[in-house]
Amino acid sequence: MVAFLLILIPLLGGLAAFFIKNESTVKLWSLLVSLTGFVTICVGLINGNEATRNFETDWLPMLGSSFALKMDGMSALLCLLATITYPIIFISTWNNTYKAANSFFGLMLLTQAGIIGVFLAADGLLFYFFWELALIPVYFLCSKWGGEKRIAATFKFFVYTFVGSLLMLVGLLYLYNQTPNLSFSLQALYDVKLTVAQQAWLFWLFFIAFAIKMPVFPFHTWQPDAYEQAPTAVTMVLSALMVKMGLFAVVRWLIPLFPAAAIEYSNIVIILSVIGMVYASILAMQQDDLKRLVAYASIAHIGLMSAALFVNNESGLQGAMIQFFSHGVNVLGMWIVVDLIEQQFGTRKMSELGGIAQKAPTLTILLVIVALANVALPLTNAFIGEFLMFNGLFQFNGWYAAVGGVSIILSAVYTLRMIQKVFYGNSNAVTATATDIGSMAKIGLAIIVLVIFVMGIFPKPVFALVHDTVTMILGIYK
Amino acid sequence: MKSIIDFVYLVPLFPLIGFLINGLGRKNLSKSLSGIIGSGVILASFIVSVLIFNETRAEGFTVTTVSLFEFINVAGLDIPFAFQVDQLSAIFLLIITGVGFLIHVYSTAYMHEEEPHHFARYFAFLNLFVFSMLLLVLGANYLIMFIGWEGVGLCSYLLIGYWFKNTEYGNAARKAFVMNRIGDLGFLLGLFFILQQFGSLTFTEIFAQAQGAEVGMLTVITLLLFVGAMGKSAQIPLYTWLPDAMAGPTPVSALIHAATMVTAGIYMIARSNILYTLAPVSQTVVAVVGLSTAILAATIAIKQNDIKKVLAYSTVSQLGYMFLGLGVGAYTGAVFHVMTHAFFKALLFLGAGSVIHAMHHEQDIRKMGGLSKKLPITHFTFLVGCIAIAGIPPFSGFFSKDEILVNAYAHNPILYWIGLGGAFMTAFYMFRLYAMTFRGSFRGTQDQQQHLHESPWQMTMPLIVLAVLAAVAGFIGIPELFAADAHRLEHYLAPVFEASTKLKNAHMLSHSTEYMLLGVSLTLIIISIVYAWNRFSKKPETNDASGFGKVLANKWYVDELYNNLLTKPLNSIAAIFNRYVEKAGIDGVVNGVGKSIHWGSRQLRLLQNGQVGTYVLWMVLGILFLYVVTIFF
Repeated sequence: MVAFLLILIPLLGGLAAFFIKNESTVKLWSLLVSLTGFVTICVGLINGNEATRNFETDWLPMLGSSFALKMDGMSALLCLLATITYPIIFISTWNNTYKAANSFFGLMLLTQAGIIGVFLAADGLLFYFFWELALIPVYFLCSKWGGEKRIAATFKFFVYTFVGSLLMLVGLLYLYNQTPNLSFSLQALYDVKLTVAQQAWLFWLFFIAFAIKMPVFPFHTWQPDAYEQAPTAVTMVLSALMVKMGLFAVVRWLIPLFPAAAIEYSNIVIILSVIGMVYASILAMQQDDLKRLVAYASIAHIGLMSAALFVNNESGLQGAMIQFFSHGVNVLGMWIVVDLIEQQFGTRKMSELGGIAQKAPTLTILLVIVALANVALPLTNAFIGEFLMFNGLFQFNGWYAAVGGVSIILSAVYTLRMIQKVFYGNSNAVTATATDIGSMAKIGLAIIVLVIFVMGIFPKPVFALVHDTVTMILGIYK
Repeated sequence: MKSIIDFVYLVPLFPLIGFLINGLGRKNLSKSLSGIIGSGVILASFIVSVLIFNETRAEGFTVTTVSLFEFINVAGLDIPFAFQVDQLSAIFLLIITGVGFLIHVYSTAYMHEEEPHHFARYFAFLNLFVFSMLLLVLGANYLIMFIGWEGVGLCSYLLIGYWFKNTEYGNAARKAFVMNRIGDLGFLLGLFFILQQFGSLTFTEIFAQAQGAEVGMLTVITLLLFVGAMGKSAQIPLYTWLPDAMAGPTPVSALIHAATMVTAGIYMIARSNILYTLAPVSQTVVAVVGLSTAILAATIAIKQNDIKKVLAYSTVSQLGYMFLGLGVGAYTGAVFHVMTHAFFKALLFLGAGSVIHAMHHEQDIRKMGGLSKKLPITHFTFLVGCIAIAGIPPFSGFFSKDEILVNAYAHNPILYWIGLGGAFMTAFYMFRLYAMTFRGSFRGTQDQQQHLHESPWQMTMPLIVLAVLAAVAGFIGIPELFAADAHRLEHYLAPVFEASTKLKNAHMLSHSTEYMLLGVSLTLIIISIVYAWNRFSKKPETNDASGFGKVLANKWYVDELYNNLLTKPLNSIAAIFNRYVEKAGIDGVVNGVGKSIHWGSRQLRLLQNGQVGTYVLWMVLGILFLYVVTIFF
């Protein structure tokens, strides 16, 4: 039931938002809706058991598809991420104004419903339905409220991911036809007996869809453009949540459906991922636009997660799962700072900024903490994940860990370069009038900083939460 | 009964509290309050450390592990947040909190020109540094050590770039962090190998199994860990960040870049001594790298004119000696030198700070001279520091350096003779520095001369305390040569190095050889001192160096080499990737696919041109095609 409510709340809340014409009212409404979702999952995690969390009802019986939702540990963690990021996004972008705010916030909430649906769906068709449902509002958000080149960037993003989805749909329909009673249910699909040859091509159909979404090198080129052109609140959703859809899908769908192929091709996937880590880190060093910098840094981090999902050991999987959450929160922190800078100075170019620290010490301190979490300094949340993932990667192949480890060094290079160029040095004409962070954004960043340290020092509850998913995957591999 | 050791967490906790108070309250605290809190918490840590130290000296003390909470317990890893108290960590606790306290007190006066919130920020960073350093030496496993390891790197970055408006300082801070990170990657990979080999990161568990491990594996592990030490302790090839780190406030240079953080690598190897003892190849590498660094840095120090740069290269060089000691298995000697070096190098840096303070931020020794009269306490204590580092008995540096060199001789006489060359240079550049700063006549501006003043008590008191320590600390390690059983430090540390000592076939030198070595080294050092003192008091070097001196003054052009060999190519590669591989290559293919579909559909669209004749033509062609297909297939 909790699972159902998590989808229903933003869905209805989002639809209702379209009818609220007053901008500040719709903001408040959206914040309340998103907070309700957060409270719901907290209650569900504290009080609920498996039965009260999952949900199933008829949907399209003639197709063998039901509205089945399953909340295992990983789903719960990602739903928690989805429900905690939304209020933070709304709070920290509180002072931004939008044309047709009702549509903007309505679409934002619909996106959340779609994303949470993806994280919960235990039915192939339903999964596909949510997968697309999450994409469509984002398309409108980007193409209506985005930057100058939004049309081209959004179109590319949409077509690219849509092509991937279609490949997955083909695979899904094929699988469906292999089930004895023509069913889309997760378990029925898991149970399909496939030959190794069948697994091989089905694996790639699904993998490409997920790889585009994550994205894995070399399917990543849509992302910097899309992040750059999307309105920042949407960029936050894209990078904190939507990329997790691809990673999540690997764990719930790809590996359990095609375990033999997953083992067979793990080497290729991991090599692509490791290349992506280093490659994206090198590109991040070259960016002048803050959004593109964060985009490439994020691609590098995603590379490590996608590699860790395929290493076939507990360390890698546990690390990846905790990193799902950490990355979502930390990258959100980076976007908040980028947005504050853009709103205040009208530019995101590092070459035009500088010296902000003198005028905005609090903002600088919060940014530095978030940035250090992004370079995975110990006692921050990202360190736990990266340590476990690198350890897992090392167990798979020591050289991959060593090569991928170069990204640890490079992350320090580009992150510190950014801090210095934007915040240190003397202020210039653009930044002379800088003011410190406002109270709303400060609340948003303060929550993020708190999460960074609490999870970095005491990660145990997260391990416990995702343990069932990890055990399931390791069981399948055996 | 609970002993004080169970409360060992208080030692890092106090600085953490200080960090939080100063950090969060930086806008509301007055400067004196920030200073009192910042120094007070370190004093509290020092007191607890002394109590712990006493406990570790008691009869029947055994290694004690204090677990705080479960940190990472998943995927077969069991890594608690735990502290280990033994003789080695106890002695480092004393050095860190003791020297740390003095430097905090010194800072309250040195930094008095800062605005209150920056002043509080400074103390917050300094407290955070002490906290991280304490984690590093207290950790009961390599992961907690690594937390401190990266933490001190962060604080170093924050404090080098403390004056963040200055771009050059910012660059130095970044360089320090990135070079440390290169080392940290090696360290991290070493940890993964340890996990693979021993299934644990806890010291006691690893060291207990060490003797059963393959030598090849141990060699890989120890070499990777040593890469970490190269970064943190500024050894070839990762040493160039340390001289640049002098951009930070001088007390920071004294605490972090001389007395404590840079000795982390020595601590780590001393802690892992059994692994190194079992991997002779690694030991040789450590010794060779250490000795090479000692010599290289000493040659550079001879031609530097910035008072802090001379001391910085001297630090790099002294660290090299410590690694030489570790490499030849003289673990006690290395730790001994860490301790004496902490005293005299902190003293020298703080003395330099006092000079810079008096000279209104002038750091060039060519513009100083004759300061002995105006700065009597600074002068006298600085002289003590110089004598100590040069290695004149009975000052502390003599005992510790001698122990390392004698052990090197026992290992291989060549190491000793090269090392002696370094010691000779050390005496030379230190007394060049001393003479140009304090002897001769004043060469600065008149304005500077009028304002020359001795520093306030907050600055001179630490100088005096450190001078006393630098003078007498050597007596805890009197060699066998002079008195039997007088090496109290060796006895104290013996349990830590027990397993290594058993494995080492000790070649004892005869007393006559030792006397001979002593005689040679003392003669050389005294000649060097007398020459430098005379030469630079009478005729200070005021011109820019030429010829070979220029090469030394330019630090063998190593920075330029790195820049041209690494930094620039990396940036070019990144630019090429960005322009060609990413935009034209990968994205070009993606866009190309899109465009060709677009183009294809535009061509197809032409088919639908509204002329019935064309449609009929295509229809006929289609039918023919299908007809052909059905015939043949």
